[in-house]
Amino acid sequence: MNMKIIIAGDGKVGNTLTRKLSIEGHDLTLIDVKSDVIERSVEQYDVMAIHGNCASMHVLMEAGIKNADMLIAVTGADEINLLCCLTAHNLNRDIHTIARIRNPEYADQIYKMRDAFGLSLTVNPEKMAAVEVERVVKYPGFLKRDSFVKGRVQIVELRVDGDSPLDKLRLYELNNVLHCNVLVCAVQRNGTVEIPDGNFVLYEGDRIFVTGPTNELAALLKGMGIITNKVRRVMICGGGKMSFYLAQQLQRTGIDVEVIEQDKERCVELATALPNATIVNGDATSSDVLDSEGIDDYDAIVTATGLDEMNIIISLYAKKHGVPQVITKVGHMENAHIEESLPIGSVIRPKEFCCNHIVQYVRAVQNKVGAALAIHSIADGQAEAMEFVVDTTTKNTGVQLKDIKMKKQVLVVSISHGNITEFSSGSSCFHVGDKVVVVASGGHVIQQLNDIFE
Amino acid sequence: MNYKMIGKIISQIIFIEALFMIPALLICIVDRDWYAVKGFVVTLGIIALVSMLMYSICRHAERGFYAKEGLVCVGVSWCVLSLMGCLPFFLSGEIPNFVDALFETVSGFTTTGASILNDVEAMSRGMLYWRSFSHWIGGMGVLVLLLAVSLKDDKGNGFTMHLLRAESPGPNVGKLVPKMKRTAVILYLLYFALTIADFIFLLIGRMPIFDAVCTAFGTAGTGGFGIKNDSIASYSPYIQNVCTVFMLLFGVNFSCYYLLLLGRIKAVFKDEELRLYVAIVLGSIALITFNVWKMFGSFQEALQQVAFQVASIVTTTGFATTDFDQWPSFSKTIILMLMILGACAGSTGGGLKCGRALLIVKNLRRNLRKLLNPNRIEVVRNNGQKIDETVLNNTNTYLAAYAIIILLSLLIVSLDGLSMESNISAVISCFNNIGPGFDTVGPTCNFAVYGIPSKIILILDMLSGRLEIFPMLVLFSKTTWKHR
Repeated sequence: MNMKIIIAGDGKVGNTLTRKLSIEGHDLTLIDVKSDVIERSVEQYDVMAIHGNCASMHVLMEAGIKNADMLIAVTGADEINLLCCLTAHNLNRDIHTIARIRNPEYADQIYKMRDAFGLSLTVNPEKMAAVEVERVVKYPGFLKRDSFVKGRVQIVELRVDGDSPLDKLRLYELNNVLHCNVLVCAVQRNGTVEIPDGNFVLYEGDRIFVTGPTNELAALLKGMGIITNKVRRVMICGGGKMSFYLAQQLQRTGIDVEVIEQDKERCVELATALPNATIVNGDATSSDVLDSEGIDDYDAIVTATGLDEMNIIISLYAKKHGVPQVITKVGHMENAHIEESLPIGSVIRPKEFCCNHIVQYVRAVQNKVGAALAIHSIADGQAEAMEFVVDTTTKNTGVQLKDIKMKKQVLVVSISHGNITEFSSGSSCFHVGDKVVVVASGGHVIQQLNDIFE
Repeated sequence: MNYKMIGKIISQIIFIEALFMIPALLICIVDRDWYAVKGFVVTLGIIALVSMLMYSICRHAERGFYAKEGLVCVGVSWCVLSLMGCLPFFLSGEIPNFVDALFETVSGFTTTGASILNDVEAMSRGMLYWRSFSHWIGGMGVLVLLLAVSLKDDKGNGFTMHLLRAESPGPNVGKLVPKMKRTAVILYLLYFALTIADFIFLLIGRMPIFDAVCTAFGTAGTGGFGIKNDSIASYSPYIQNVCTVFMLLFGVNFSCYYLLLLGRIKAVFKDEELRLYVAIVLGSIALITFNVWKMFGSFQEALQQVAFQVASIVTTTGFATTDFDQWPSFSKTIILMLMILGACAGSTGGGLKCGRALLIVKNLRRNLRKLLNPNRIEVVRNNGQKIDETVLNNTNTYLAAYAIIILLSLLIVSLDGLSMESNISAVISCFNNIGPGFDTVGPTCNFAVYGIPSKIILILDMLSGRLEIFPMLVLFSKTTWKHR
C-alpha cells in the first residue's frame, strides 16, 4: 500500500529521503522555500513540488495535507519543523508527523516535546551520529558498525589491506585460517556489491561486511593483526552539535576529550556545557595547532568541522602522523566512492543515519505486520541489512535454509530464538516468533520477509 | 545523448499507434474497401517490424534521461508518428502524393485540421476515421498516453517530467498528483469522459453514429477535420451548438476540471486565465455579431453562427459553418487575432495560449514601470502566486521564436505567388493549429493550392506549433547532436 507523504524541506536529508521513499513507490510531495531546489528534485524524481513556507496552513493545504498519511519536516530550523508538524496535526488529526530536532538545548526535553506536539517521531542526526562515533571509538578496527536484535547481532565493515591474511583468501577457508567463526555477508568491490558464497575469493581493496558473535568478531580482528588498544584520549576537531554530543557521551565513560574550535564564543559555550573537557580555541585545519596539541599522543581523532573538505584533510594529516584511529564526518552524501578511496579511516554520515531511521519508521507504518523492524544501509546504500519478525504468514517456517529457494543476492545472516542467536548455516531454520536478519543487495526492494523467497 | 532510451520510447509509441489503427482497419474490412485494407495492413506490418527491431536493439537502455533527451524524444517521436501515420493514405492510393499524405497526417496529429483534399467525401470511411482519430491522440499527446498506459511503473524516476513538459502546452506545466502515471491517467480519463459526453450529445441530435464519432474526435482534440465537404454546415443548428459548447470546453485548462472534481470550485472561477478566456470569447462574439448581423436572416441566427466561428477559431479547432472570409475586415481582423491568441494552457487547443499572453502583458507592464522608476522592484503574479523569472524569460523567448518562425515561413511560402492575405493566414493558421485561413485558404477552400516546398514548411510549422516550438527547434540545433 502506497502512502501519501509530504516532505517539508528539500535539503540534503530531504533529497535523500525523496530518493529512498520514491524507490519504494510512495506518493511524495515536497515543500521548500527555494524554487530552484524543488525544481531540481522534480526533474530527478517522480514527485510533486510546492513552493512556499511549509509551516503555513495555505501551503500545507495546497500540498494536500488533508489526505496525507505522513509529514516529514526536515528543514534547517527546528522551530519551523515543529510549527509545521503542529499545523499539520491541527489540519489532519490522523497524520503521522516526523520532525528533525537538532538543537542540543531541546535534546533533554525531546520526549516531552514529542507528547506535547503530538509528534510520531523526532530525529536528531547529530546525536545519532555521536552515538555511532562513540561505538566506533570503543570497538576500533571496524570502519562501520550496525547492530540488530537489540545489539545481539552486529554487522561490521572492514577493509582488506594488501598485507592482510584475508587477501586472496577463499571464504570457506576464512574461519580455519583466522581461528574464528564469522560470516561474510557482503563484499563491496569497485563500487559494486556482491553477496558472496563459499567459493568467493577476497582481494586487496575489498570492503567486507562481517557478522558474528562479539567474541568471534574480536577473534577475527586479532587474526587480522588489528590490535585493539583501549582508547583513552580522543581529539575532536570542530565544536559543532555532533562534537558536543560526542564529547558529552565519551566523558561519561571516562575518556579524555579535547575539542578544537575556531569560534571563541562557541568555545566558551562548550566550556560551560562540558566542564571536564579540554576546549581549545584554534583552527583545527592548521597543522601548527594540531602539532602543538600533540596529535601524536591521541588514541583517536574525530574530524567534525562543518566543511567536508577540511575534515578529509585533517584526517589525512592524522593518518600520516599515525593516529591509531581516525573518524571522519562527511555531510554530503553523493561522493561516497571518492571518500572510500582515501585513507581517512571510518566515515560517518550523520544525515544517512537520520534518513535510514525515517525510512525505517515509514516502512513500519506502511505495513504494520511483517515489516522490517530495522533497516541499515550498508556499502554506501548499495545493500541493506534488515531485521524481521517471523509471523504466521511467513512461508517456509521450519524448513532448513539449504532447502529454501531464495532470491539471488539475498542472504539470511542470523536467526534469534528468544535469547539465543544463531548465525545461519545450511541446516538452520526459523520458526514463528524468531527474529531474522537478512542482507540483500540494492537491486531488490524487500519490504516483507516473504519477499526474499523466489 | 541517451539514444537507446529514446529509441525504446519511440518503439513503444508507434506500437500504440499501430493498435489505434486496428479500428480503422476493421471499418475498412466491414466496408469491403480492399485498397484501404491493403494500406492499413501493409502499414501495420511496417510498424510492427520497425517497432520490434527498435525495441530489441534498445531494450537494455541505460538510465540518464535529462531535459535534452526529453525535448529530442518528443520532437523525434512526433516526426516518426506522423511518418508512420501517413502510410495508410499513401499506400492505399487515396492520397497518391507522399507529401500530401504527410501534410494531412501532420495536420491530424497536431490538431490543425488543414486539409489538402478537394473532395473529403470521396475518401473511404476507414481513412476518414483514422484522419479524425489522429486529432484525438494528438490533442492530449501521445507521450502522455504512453505515460498513462506504460505497464511498468518506473519507480522513483523523474525523467517523465521532461516528457510531460515538452509535450504539454503552456508556460508552466505541472503535475496534478505526485505520481506521473496517475497524472497522465487522470488527464486521459477527463479527456475520455468529455469526449463521450460530446458524442452522446451529438447522438441526441440524431447525428449518424459514424459522423458523431468523427466529429467528437475532431472537437475533443480541437482539430477540425470534418467528414463532409462543407464541414459542419449541413448539420442541424442543435448539433452546431453542441459543437460550439464542447469546443469551448476543450479549450479550457484540464487542471480546472480536476479542481472541479476535487470540489475546489472557487479556485476554478478565480483562475485568471479562465476569466480572460471567457471574457475574450464573449467580447469577440459580441463585437463580431454587431458587425455582421445584417448578413444573416435574423439576429439569433447571426449570434449562433458567430458564436460557432469564434469558438472554432479561439480553441484552434477550425470547423466551419459559414464562410467568414466574406465578413467585413473588422470581423476578420478579430478572427485573425483570435487565431494567434488561442485557447488556455493545458487544454487540447493550440496558439499562443491565454495564459502566456497574460504573462507577456503583465511582464510588459512591469518593465514599463521599471523604465520610469528604475529602482522599483515588482514581481509578476498569476492567481496571486509569484511567477518565477525563468518562466517569464522562457515566455519572452517563446514569443521571439514564435515571431521569427512565422516570418521566415511566410517568406518561403510567399514564393508560391498567392495573395499576401492567404499566405499570412495560412502560416498563422498552420502554426497555431487552426485549419482554415482567409482568401485562397479560407473556410470553404483548402491547402491543395500550395506547392511541395510550401507544404513542407507548413508541416514543420504545424509540428512546431503543437509542440510549442522548442522540441522541434532543438532537432535543428547543432549542440543537440554533439557528444557530451
